[in-house]
Amino acid sequence: MSGFADYAKLDATALRDAVVSKRTTAAAVVEAALARIAALDPRLCAFSSVLAESARERAKELDFALARGEPAGALCGVPFALKSNMCLEGVEAHCGSKILAGYRPPYTAPFVQRLLDEGAIVVGTTHMDEFAMGSSGENSAYAVAKNPWDPARTPGGSSSGSCAAVAARMVTFSLGSDTGGSVRQPAALCGIVGFKPTYGRVTRYGLVAFGSSLDQVSPFTRSCRDMELVMSVISGADEHDSTCLPHPPIDPDRSDSVRGLRLGVPKEYFAGGLDADVRARVEAAIQQLVALGATTVPIELPHTEYAIPTYYVVATAEASSNLARYDGIRYGVRKPGDGSLQGMIAATREAGFGPEVKRRILLGTYVLSSGYYDAWYVRALKVRRLIRNDFDAAFERVDLIVCPTSPTAAFELGEKSDDPVAMYLSDVMTVPTSLAGLPAVSVPCGKVSQGGKALPVGLQIIGPSLADARVLRAARVFETATKHQSELYALDLSALEGAAR
Amino acid sequence: MTQTEVDIVKKTATLARLELGEAEIAKFGEQFGRILEAFQKLSKLDVSGVEPMTGATALSDVLRDDRAKPSLERERALSNGPKHDGEYFIVPKTIGGDA
Repeated sequence: MSGFADYAKLDATALRDAVVSKRTTAAAVVEAALARIAALDPRLCAFSSVLAESARERAKELDFALARGEPAGALCGVPFALKSNMCLEGVEAHCGSKILAGYRPPYTAPFVQRLLDEGAIVVGTTHMDEFAMGSSGENSAYAVAKNPWDPARTPGGSSSGSCAAVAARMVTFSLGSDTGGSVRQPAALCGIVGFKPTYGRVTRYGLVAFGSSLDQVSPFTRSCRDMELVMSVISGADEHDSTCLPHPPIDPDRSDSVRGLRLGVPKEYFAGGLDADVRARVEAAIQQLVALGATTVPIELPHTEYAIPTYYVVATAEASSNLARYDGIRYGVRKPGDGSLQGMIAATREAGFGPEVKRRILLGTYVLSSGYYDAWYVRALKVRRLIRNDFDAAFERVDLIVCPTSPTAAFELGEKSDDPVAMYLSDVMTVPTSLAGLPAVSVPCGKVSQGGKALPVGLQIIGPSLADARVLRAARVFETATKHQSELYALDLSALEGAAR
Repeated sequence: MTQTEVDIVKKTATLARLELGEAEIAKFGEQFGRILEAFQKLSKLDVSGVEPMTGATALSDVLRDDRAKPSLERERALSNGPKHDGEYFIVPKTIGGDA
């Protein structure tokens, strides 16, 4: 069976239309996706597993159902990928870690099930930084995903593979998880759309925990209308997660205007450390929004400089607690050690965790330990409140906040991997929103030229709590009015085809 | 790297059930010092009277109906365990030794 020729040219909305209107079949779409993965992934290393057989089977079922005239789901026939920290029954979810090698979840996460129920077809799982700890994908125990715009560079992290898979148009959308920017930063670095919803919009049941008060399932798409569609499917109440909000699924805004919207421009995000070319693209994007009828208001978020240390105290504390469960007893790999219970646990963790995970477990254990708890952990929680208060005060005067997603374009693999402090600083634009639990999108806003390569830049749009639909509307209006989305489709990947990793 | 940093890393590793080698202790000790130094700015902020923010939602006391319903079957719950006997996870002896 040959693949659908237009596969890589369409977003999820258009691809579903093509399947439902019988211009193609789900089977042909899946063949096209598998062929593209086979051609490109040896070089890009986005996929940890490719589920060819089950994808083909599911496509056949969907085609039969369509032929019988059954109603088509909202994502009928659309191929997608999962970050390998998400539960799909029977499919290895190793979280990029040796300690979970061979772990096959006994159940499917509700946010995955909702996609499957709407006819989306899962074609694979993707590489990631171990336990989502990293900003470049380099902390994977398995393989390091590459940026399709320049394979010598990072696609960003920690959802590196899920992002590269969408940017290279191997899948039409994918799921990542965003704890401190792990979807927005890679989306910016790969020229696609990445959205972290308001904390609690999507259930965390079936997402392997890293920082429980921060983690949110967050999709990658190639268009903003696709993001609205995917979010309307995966968001909404779930009794399995007591932090999941009782609100109905996100209902896309019907408006297609930003007229009258007040956009806050935080001066702290345009200070030192921001690449001059990135700054120019983002400022131009804000001017485009003004030309479309929005107004700008200078604002201050005075505690921004405290966000990185606050985040790395809170997130590592939560991680050290969450990762205590990897003890070689209920799942994963076991090492005998000296034969005692404690010896077995310590040997298992020593062999199973990579350096960044150990570093964060140590840091988190330290800030939670007796004598340091108040000075570090409780103090960080108080500063977290101050950071949230900054946003609350700003949103009394503005409807949305606009700023860069990442201070730089994609950096080279290896450039920061030996310097944890430098790597942590690459999250400076995304962690404040995560700490505050607010919705934020990264949408492509042009390219910069670096080292002879054209590299994408992302505009970040942040909203008040629960204003997810407003954030996505503004992004969609911006996308429609500019041509940045078409740049992704123009990216020629033929040079990467067939090359070995 | 100071002796204090080495001691902190060793003590914390024990608490975290991590069996670090000497080379790892040295590397983490040095990085630990730099990370904590970079984080010192938190201690310079006045946070008196600020309520700690322990979660990102305003939800509290989330309850569900207390109804009995099926949960994961034993076989599937055990399926990922490195060692089990079909009924229980098996761990090294915990009583009677020095564990």
